[in-house]
Amino acid sequence: MKQYIVKRAGYSLLSLLLLSLTIFLFIRLTGDPTALLTEPGASNADIAAIQHKFGLDRPIWVQYGLFMFNLVRGDLGDSFYYQTPVLELYQARLPNSLLLGVVAMAFSLVLGIPTGILAAIRVGRFWDSAGKLFALLGLSLPSFLVGLLLILFFSVYLQWLPSSGSGTFWHLLMPAFALGWYFAAAHMRLTRSSMLEVLGSEYVKLARLKGLPEAIVIGKHAFKNALIPVLTLAGINLIQMINVAIVVETVFAWPGIGRLLYEGVTFRDFPVVQGVVLLGGTMIVVVNLLIDIIYAMVDPRIRMEQ
Amino acid sequence: MSVTTISAARPARTRAARLGDVPVIPCAILAIAVVVAIFADVLAPHDPQVGLLTARFKPPVWQAGGSANHLLGTDQLGRDVLSRLIFGARVSLVVGFTAVIFAGTVGTTLGIISGYMGGWVDQVIMRITDAWLALPGLTFAIFLAAIVGPSEMNIVIILALVYWTRYARIVRGEVLSLKEREFVRLAVVAGCSRWTIMWRHIMPNVINSSIVLATLMLGIVIITEASLSFLGVGVPPPKPAWGVMLSDGKQGLMVGYWWLTVMPGTCIMLLVLAANLLGDWLRVKLDPQLRQL
Repeated sequence: MKQYIVKRAGYSLLSLLLLSLTIFLFIRLTGDPTALLTEPGASNADIAAIQHKFGLDRPIWVQYGLFMFNLVRGDLGDSFYYQTPVLELYQARLPNSLLLGVVAMAFSLVLGIPTGILAAIRVGRFWDSAGKLFALLGLSLPSFLVGLLLILFFSVYLQWLPSSGSGTFWHLLMPAFALGWYFAAAHMRLTRSSMLEVLGSEYVKLARLKGLPEAIVIGKHAFKNALIPVLTLAGINLIQMINVAIVVETVFAWPGIGRLLYEGVTFRDFPVVQGVVLLGGTMIVVVNLLIDIIYAMVDPRIRMEQ
Repeated sequence: MSVTTISAARPARTRAARLGDVPVIPCAILAIAVVVAIFADVLAPHDPQVGLLTARFKPPVWQAGGSANHLLGTDQLGRDVLSRLIFGARVSLVVGFTAVIFAGTVGTTLGIISGYMGGWVDQVIMRITDAWLALPGLTFAIFLAAIVGPSEMNIVIILALVYWTRYARIVRGEVLSLKEREFVRLAVVAGCSRWTIMWRHIMPNVINSSIVLATLMLGIVIITEASLSFLGVGVPPPKPAWGVMLSDGKQGLMVGYWWLTVMPGTCIMLLVLAANLLGDWLRVKLDPQLRQL
């Protein structure tokens, strides 16, 4: 077990290292990164200071060493626009992103799980086809389009909900739905296939043979077991959500991390862009590692395999 | 030595029967989009980039104030929405197809090499794949776009860089099992070089999966391009990309100029829906192994 954890942690560390190397190299690929790392119209002294900080006049491995040294200390540089450390900006926005992510996740599960179960119980019939259509629409309607259509309907025509901003519960509804919509389709598909698998298993057959009513077979025996992979996916997706929310946050001017990334791109605030991408990748690598470890703890087959 | 493929062993008749139930609607949508994109210059009633400032925000023809001159209305610069949609199809399809082909070629090649060679080559390619897959596609694409700046060509390269890893992962998995098959072992015994085996014996057997994945990726790539353009780091204006149109239309949304959002939105949705439906169908037909995807 210990060996497995060490090995998985080693892989994750390697992934993080490669991630940082990728980002480091891409910044230098386009030529002189000074242009990216300094404000537009920076004075010569500022440029010299940045060049010194990142060692841009030194060999490339020294540059990477300095880059990593700064990263490990948690120094992601200062935002040009806000003149504050990127990490502080990130921490300030993270709660908003988490809030949006959690509510969007709730939406997607409330939509995805019941439709998935219904599709599995009525496989090949009307509800299954309706579920398929719903999943297909979920994957084909980009979240920003859902967002814009929601604004058009609920803010412009009905004037029920505020079109942008944050602060109240009402501000949260539309962005959370637009974000959760896409994931609902994925959760529906997984619930359906997981439920079908469980319904075909021996213990469900036994439960039926015992003469249990169908509602108890599905609700008590099948549902609980079918839920495990769905909740795992939901856990991974929550982190994905925080990171892909950029378009939805832009549409609704929601002050989360995605909006921070968008501002970084719009104001050509490169340290912000770099910081958000690096932290996002790190978050996902760490969560994947945690999930692997929990799985290995729960399921001995996984750790024996290694 | 002849090329050994699994599918070649099937009788031709079964294959024809299997391909018989082509999904008509998605194919029709894609065909229309392709024709419109190719003949955009002939089909578009107006110049998509030049507008008349006196004819701004004209609604579609069926609404009060609309005119037959601009069937789907005009935008904030008085440009014809229909013409912009027609030229926008060209942008979406050119970017979508080239990016998918780029990503597919790179990903499939690296997947085959990684799976067949094994050892440190496999380790290096798979670790890079892992690291890159850790970044959400859109975030990674935005990061790259922020570095290189917006242009159509850059978007294609960025999308290929972001999405090749998915092909590599799936193809490698298939190669690992193909490698143990009789025909590959026979080729080794017959003295074929590693490159010959990979190119002539492995590649034809994984190409189906790559094609299925490419069709499914087409929708994702088109959405990513539209998202990048919407955020202002994709296709640069005044080029009429659907994402740019949506971004422009956002300003008019609050005053009720719905057509500036709904029209390009519907186009994106239809195209992506068609690609997804076709991909789903191909997946079931060509590659039962990928059914769980």
